[in-house]
Amino acid sequence: MPDYLRVDRLEKRFSSHGRAAFHDLTFGVDQGAFVALIGPSGCGKSTLLHIMAGLSAPSAGVVRLAGEPVHEPRADMMFVFQQYTKSIFPWKTVLENVLLGVKYQSSASRKALEDLCVEHLEMVGLARYPHYYPYQLSGGMQQRVAIARALARRPKILLMDEPFSALDAMMRVELQDLLLNLWHDLGLTILFVTHDLDEALYLGQRVIMLSASPGTIAEDVAVPLAYPRRQIETRSEPTYLELRERLYRNMVEQVMAGRADAP
Amino acid sequence: MSKKAWAILRDSRFAGVILIALLLACWQLSAMYLVKSPTWPTVTRIFEAWIENLADGTLVRHMLATFWRQMLGYGLAICIGVMLGLAMGYYRVLYNLFEPLVEVLRPIPGPAYLPILVLFVGIGHEMKVVLILVASVFPILLNTYSGVRSIDRVQFDTARTLGLNTLQTFRELVIPAASPQILTGMRISLAISLILAILGEMIVSNDGLGYFTLLAQRTFKVPEMYAGIFTLAAFGYALNRIFLLVEAKLIRWHYESSGRT
Repeated sequence: MPDYLRVDRLEKRFSSHGRAAFHDLTFGVDQGAFVALIGPSGCGKSTLLHIMAGLSAPSAGVVRLAGEPVHEPRADMMFVFQQYTKSIFPWKTVLENVLLGVKYQSSASRKALEDLCVEHLEMVGLARYPHYYPYQLSGGMQQRVAIARALARRPKILLMDEPFSALDAMMRVELQDLLLNLWHDLGLTILFVTHDLDEALYLGQRVIMLSASPGTIAEDVAVPLAYPRRQIETRSEPTYLELRERLYRNMVEQVMAGRADAP
Repeated sequence: MSKKAWAILRDSRFAGVILIALLLACWQLSAMYLVKSPTWPTVTRIFEAWIENLADGTLVRHMLATFWRQMLGYGLAICIGVMLGLAMGYYRVLYNLFEPLVEVLRPIPGPAYLPILVLFVGIGHEMKVVLILVASVFPILLNTYSGVRSIDRVQFDTARTLGLNTLQTFRELVIPAASPQILTGMRISLAISLILAILGEMIVSNDGLGYFTLLAQRTFKVPEMYAGIFTLAAFGYALNRIFLLVEAKLIRWHYESSGRT
């Protein structure tokens, strides 16, 4: 059983209506893996990611990183939010936003920190924009700032909560490839939540599908497609199409089951 | 009317300025030919009185007196309102503790505190400062805590994932995020503080624009009375303009992000 980042018998109940978002959830993520987590809306995948990041507490069970229980956010595990307009602070420039993640944690000089941040902005293709404000950038660029800020802290793990779902199709494609490159170059471990099956299959080495609420693991499949992946070619490979059909059927079943189950 | 002239009328405030000039002209003409009464002096006569009192320093002295007590009360209101508001907005326990009290005290009109203040702090300078303070603290307080409370969960989560402690979170997130609303409260209170400063001066004082205006009326120096009121209008207008300029500089990101300019 892979056990770098582990979720053990995790359960989350919402205090307001007592219903479980998910229960008895157990899985592990290998170091250096790219795992996509997918499921119908309301299955608690975002809640799960927040718990894994230490941003909220589970009702039962435990999250472990390299054996250590995670109770609060850690510097080596960074979170990228879906709502980049919120998580990138609009009153700060691009550079100040990236600096925010490092300036209180490091005793290095301001100049050294700025260089570090610019270096990470270069990695996401924003080297020319350090002094821009978020409102002067497109949505895709704003999410790049969020990624640069996360990376500037030199994390080992990225937890990404539907980071590209608010972007238009072209930007999404660009950012998917950027993310794959960063993953490859930096040796990151990535857990990527999405509701988009194609995105999950295109990015992940492995796709975990959660069932409708209460969420449990409905499928956990390896995606045996070679990297680097290509937007057109990969998406038309027979393996891709077979997996897509299988997961899609399962997802439709989940959604239907969720409906019949509804009170 | 040509299209171009109409566009100017619609898109600029040119017409509004002309209207003020026209009203002043009507005043002037009515005082010259229609209502010949000492209570209705001509605009030119008021202007003369205004120049006289400016030239000998009287108006400047009174204006500074008003400005000083207004800023003292207003400044204290900002300190207390912002600090308490930040704490109430951030810590739910403080919000639940103080919010009912604020809701009970808030509807009391500022001047109603006057009799109590006279009993406790007398009729001097302090009374006016405290009066300004109690009346102008509430808009700042309310806007500050509601500004803090409306900060998005995602932003607090962002601060946590970036490892910011409480003090850093206030500095980097809470204060800037709430600043548009804090400044709204401060703008409302700026007007209130001037009202209360003038009121306090009219009730009991020996300087200030409120005192000057009321004294002029009581001693039948009617042009001076109007000159005092005109000075107040200019003073209040200038304060508000300066405030708006500072505000626009401070939270430019807010106007740009929300698509307003």
